[in-house]
Amino acid sequence: MIRDITIGQYYPVDSLLHKLDPRVKLIGTILYIFSLFAFSNYYGYIVAAVFLFSIIKLSKVPLKFILRGLKAVVVLFVFTATFNLFLTPGTTIFEYGFIKITIEGIITAVLMTIRLTFLILGSSLMTFTTTPNNLTDGLESLLNPLKKIKVPVHEISMMMSIALRFIPILMEETDKIMKAQMARGADFETGGLVKRAKSLIPLLVPLFVSAFRRANDLAMAMEARCYRGGEGRTKMKPLKYTRRDILAFLVLMLYIAALVVINRL
Amino acid sequence: MSIIVDKLNYIYSPGTAYQKHALKDINLEILDGEFIGLIGHTGSGKSTFIQHLNGLIKATSGGIYYNGENIYDAGFNMKSLRSKVGLVFQYPEHQLFETTVFKDVCFGPRNQGLDELQVELRAYEALKMVGIDNDLLDASPFELSGGQKRRVAIAGVLAMKPEVLILDEPTAGLDPKGRDEILEQIAKLHTESKLTIILVSHSMEDVAKYVDRLIVMNRGEIAFNDTPREVFGHYKELERIGLAAPQVTYVMNELRKRGIPVSIKATTVEEAKQEILRVMKQ
Repeated sequence: MIRDITIGQYYPVDSLLHKLDPRVKLIGTILYIFSLFAFSNYYGYIVAAVFLFSIIKLSKVPLKFILRGLKAVVVLFVFTATFNLFLTPGTTIFEYGFIKITIEGIITAVLMTIRLTFLILGSSLMTFTTTPNNLTDGLESLLNPLKKIKVPVHEISMMMSIALRFIPILMEETDKIMKAQMARGADFETGGLVKRAKSLIPLLVPLFVSAFRRANDLAMAMEARCYRGGEGRTKMKPLKYTRRDILAFLVLMLYIAALVVINRL
Repeated sequence: MSIIVDKLNYIYSPGTAYQKHALKDINLEILDGEFIGLIGHTGSGKSTFIQHLNGLIKATSGGIYYNGENIYDAGFNMKSLRSKVGLVFQYPEHQLFETTVFKDVCFGPRNQGLDELQVELRAYEALKMVGIDNDLLDASPFELSGGQKRRVAIAGVLAMKPEVLILDEPTAGLDPKGRDEILEQIAKLHTESKLTIILVSHSMEDVAKYVDRLIVMNRGEIAFNDTPREVFGHYKELERIGLAAPQVTYVMNELRKRGIPVSIKATTVEEAKQEILRVMKQ
């Protein structure tokens, strides 16, 4: 059940995209997201789609697996589409009481859904191809300039990588405790809202206890290895741009340039 | 009364990069009142397998028959199966959640829908069975020692009065004293309460002393299924799959190699002692 959510997971295959520097992927993803909302004509969608699907092809992550992640955000899609559908002013084609559907409404609803789909696919592709550790390393390096204004960049990224690292562990733990309680006759699936909320106590109490225990152990282990923050800390695998990354930046620039040109058409 | 496992297959996360064929064509029969040891290296599929036996995991293919009924049949009552086949997970103390020991043990029987008197009676009995003293009943389960917590957790399953008790590495992380206590209590449950017991472990020493039959799993398949004596005879093969026979087996084999005519069938230290004494007297 929980395992169906594929967003944010890492998909271990060996591809060009997996080998890219995480900073390139981070910048690329942010640029791509902005680009999705920057163009205003239909050709833009084609360029964005071609770009996205060639990147997906390059990543070697099965399309089916990526699309599965969309399931989790279907509600969001329906929500935005409905709002756009009913609340866009324009030429009315259907009217019933206070409900009014316009041509413009239909068009924006469809286009908005496409944009959101691309956005989710694009950003989940980053997590599919980048290990959490790599991702936080990249983030730390990109945010480094903020240290000048006393932002605790290292601490933030350390917290992030620990949090990310613990998601699968806690998920597994949840699964285990759930099964252990089901073996004792617990029922998580039937009953009304109150009964279901109550049935979560045997799951949540052990889960919190174990999360605190793990946090304690981890803190102890880090201190035992003399961890004392980012001051003077070096990395085993420092991030370095290679030719591959420069090439990727060029491709990215090309994509942006293509969008700018097309927007003028 | 028995459990029959017929050509059971299980595949984890099919269709993704994480796909893993965890169980391959498992065929097995577990008779009423047996004491079975299930042994295998980490990742051999033993934990996955036992979760099939009370329906927590559904097989990809194959069937399981509990007392002749297919547990995958549409009308089969999974909840009643779970109270008949009690499963104690690894580190069961991690599932404790109530404010007192007694209340925690009541959780299982209460889920069975018994009346309050029955629930409390069963909880009390179960706690007695695992040797928890009366003065601990109102303590918080989180204040107990590791061994005590584990016994309370086992009582939590026993209180449901299962016919079959499966324990996944019940001695993991305990000191030798705690380990012996738990194993003795399990053996007692087998002899006194006539429970069918499946003991999962990776320590041959632990199981050799108690079980009637030993099932060795390797990479999702059953490698051996015989009495401990016969299985340990294959100690060379056991080593190849990352396991080992009890140390006694090695001692006896070595003695024999050096010309002392002992039988190599001894599986426990006590048996080995008797055998060596017997040969020495001749």
